[in-house]
Amino acid sequence: MANRVLEYQKKDLPQNMSKLGWALFAIGALAGVAAFYVDNTRAAYNYLIAYMFIMSVGVGSLFLIALEYVAGADWSVPFRRLMEFFAALVPLMFILIIPLLFNLNELFPWMNKKLVEGDAILTGKAPYLNSTFFIIRVFGILLLWTLFFYLFTRNSMNQDSTKDQKFTKRNIIISAIFIPVFAITLTMSSVDWMMSLEPHWFSTIFGVYYFSGTMLAALATLTLAVIFLNEKGYFGKLLIPDHLYSLGALQFVFINFWGYIAFSQYLLIWYADLPEETVWFLHRWSGSWAFVSIFLIIVHFVVPYSILLSQPAKMDAKRLKIASIWILFAHILDLYWLIMPNMNEGKSGGAVFGWIEIAFPVALVGLILVVFNIRARNKNIIPVGDPKIERGLNFRL
Amino acid sequence: MKEKKVYGLTALFDTPDRIIDAVKKISSDGYKKFDVHTPYPLHGMDGAMKLKPSKLGYITLVFGLSGALFALLFMFWAMSIDYPMVIGGKPFFALPAFIPITFELTVLLATLSTVIGMLTFFFSFPSNNHPLIGSDYMRSVSADKFGISIEAEDEKFDDIQIRALFSKLGTIQIEEIYYPDTETFPMFQKKFILFLLVIAILTGGTTYFVLNKLLFMQPFNWMMTQDKLIPQERSEFFSDGFGMRVPVDGTVARGFLPYEFKGEVNPASFLSNPILLTKKSILFGQQKFLTFCSPCHGNFGDGDSRLRGQFPNPPTLHSNRVKEMPDGQIFHIINNGQNIMPSYSSQTTVEERWAIVNYIRVLQRAKNATQSDLEEIKKESAANGK
Ligand code: HEC
Repeated sequence: MANRVLEYQKKDLPQNMSKLGWALFAIGALAGVAAFYVDNTRAAYNYLIAYMFIMSVGVGSLFLIALEYVAGADWSVPFRRLMEFFAALVPLMFILIIPLLFNLNELFPWMNKKLVEGDAILTGKAPYLNSTFFIIRVFGILLLWTLFFYLFTRNSMNQDSTKDQKFTKRNIIISAIFIPVFAITLTMSSVDWMMSLEPHWFSTIFGVYYFSGTMLAALATLTLAVIFLNEKGYFGKLLIPDHLYSLGALQFVFINFWGYIAFSQYLLIWYADLPEETVWFLHRWSGSWAFVSIFLIIVHFVVPYSILLSQPAKMDAKRLKIASIWILFAHILDLYWLIMPNMNEGKSGGAVFGWIEIAFPVALVGLILVVFNIRARNKNIIPVGDPKIERGLNFRL
Repeated sequence: MKEKKVYGLTALFDTPDRIIDAVKKISSDGYKKFDVHTPYPLHGMDGAMKLKPSKLGYITLVFGLSGALFALLFMFWAMSIDYPMVIGGKPFFALPAFIPITFELTVLLATLSTVIGMLTFFFSFPSNNHPLIGSDYMRSVSADKFGISIEAEDEKFDDIQIRALFSKLGTIQIEEIYYPDTETFPMFQKKFILFLLVIAILTGGTTYFVLNKLLFMQPFNWMMTQDKLIPQERSEFFSDGFGMRVPVDGTVARGFLPYEFKGEVNPASFLSNPILLTKKSILFGQQKFLTFCSPCHGNFGDGDSRLRGQFPNPPTLHSNRVKEMPDGQIFHIINNGQNIMPSYSSQTTVEERWAIVNYIRVLQRAKNATQSDLEEIKKESAANGK
């Protein structure tokens, strides 16, 4: 199998993809700005959902890159460049965070000094949950992620021209360092941005819960990009169902993982039945939120599980495409379910849904397309210099 | 010698690439009954052999689903219908609590059925013999070579043609394989069964020894065993071996101060009642009187108990003799006994005895109440609203 010449030729991505991206982004962003004028609080919560989604795809891709290196995987080498493109969302978060910074007081009750002083529990949590430390954490974590993004992509890009194995070795070491860093920083991010929206509540599994969604979002975006580019012949030679199977199997794994983690969190809280823990689920069971909660189980577990269960389904590009789009939707729904109920906390009223809830996801999809296009410009779609690229392209189950 | 029946032809190859190419050629030439043996799984072999997806998955699916259904229905029947019990304030049909068990049973049945299905349908259990076993070919492919075997039962089987094909594909060794003379079931051989038995005993025994002897730690047994001697028990400590010892001379047990005037007739002048006449002490005395004295002297001290007639009649405690006795005298009688009345010093404590004396005084007063006593009682009852 060795010594086959790689028949890859650099091709620019289709124009209309970038146009579509810009158009979606423009529409969504405009609507988003309008939303901030119409209902500032609601827009802020929706913006947070979008921000967490970007985080999922960006850092999730970064983690998948690291996973490929430490596991020594062959099959995903041809897609690694795509993950690197998506990971470019990470440095962009420095800009995306700005609207959130202006609305921190809207979102986080513990930023309200008076409320904290009158509350023994919040006072006890204040050494961690205070504005200064929050800002330090958020920017420290973004800096760390950006650093790793920079190191990974620089080494990978350099390898394209030099074809030097030492870059793979370096990236393996960086990956081994990144994975524990990722575990801690992602947990902190999920606690900071989402769990602290309801500062009295706590769940030790929350970070893992968000991680499972992160993996799904990153995998689904990657799968969509792979299928789309493969259809258009961007990989030089056609990928075969064996590649798709591996992607589909990973999606299936993380669907199960999400179900497992989500249920673990629920079961323990349901069984112990302690008021300080159940309150979070009760908020998600009041009024029409109950329907959203049940809907989430179906959308996030039952449906994708059924779609992806059989082996042919994981090998079929069409079904895999449907599953990927479905999973991306499920992740948005999951974030909506995690974040939005806190907006109405204390007030009556159930789930809210309207044009504001649509605007931000539209902008989000546009933004991901745009970033992908900009990053892919003048670059090889596959890492041609990677020593494992031939084996990756010829991968058989 | 009997002619041996041919099972098939085998060929060995050096590298994974060679064997994949060879297999592709053989399957495209139309051979159906052939098999490949490699020391480790090769990516892409299924495609080269043109294998159809295995049907085993359906067995897994069916048994997995029935495991889930069985677990759910059984828990529903047991916990909600047959023996409903409130556990942790949860409903009888507590679905979240059932899910872990449902999950476990699903996985259990799915995996077991997969393995057992594989053994029965694909490995023709209980036969675990195969003509290839024991051949040089099998030895090579379980070390570092890659091999193909084509069965003689294949429609296109032709010894000369296949040999030519194998050598064209670059084989390093061709071997002819025969069926064994008699069909054997190595599984049912005495040696094998004995081997299984020995292994079972060995592992069982070792496990028992390690867990119950070597690593055993006494679990907390609610102080069932203590460092003390129980009555009648033998003691290694004392040279005579008796566990029960006579207390040292002059030992006084708590609450059992010896009575100084034992046997004396009238020590009353030395004894004075240390207990105050309070309601509490009187009620206490009543309780003790009813326990110890009433069987003979009657509930109110009239000497009219059920013992009457069966025993020298106990005297009434309302006689002038007793009424005029000093407290100490009654105390002395309880302690010492009097004629046929036995001593009550071992059943009662000093306080109890004095409380009884007080209660006897109360009984005597009640039998001889004055007009002023009655008025006082009336007043009190009025105050209590009766
Ligand atoms: C086994 C039955 C019995 C019991 C129980 C008993 N007595 Fe006596 N008691 C007698 C008899 C019989 C006499 C009469 C003894 C005699 O012949 O002098 C007597 C005598 C007495 C006398 C002296 C009466 C007198 O006129 O000389 C007193 C006082 C007395 N008992 C108090 C008590 C008290 C207090 C108790 C409870 C601790 C008690 N007895 C329990 C049987 C009993």
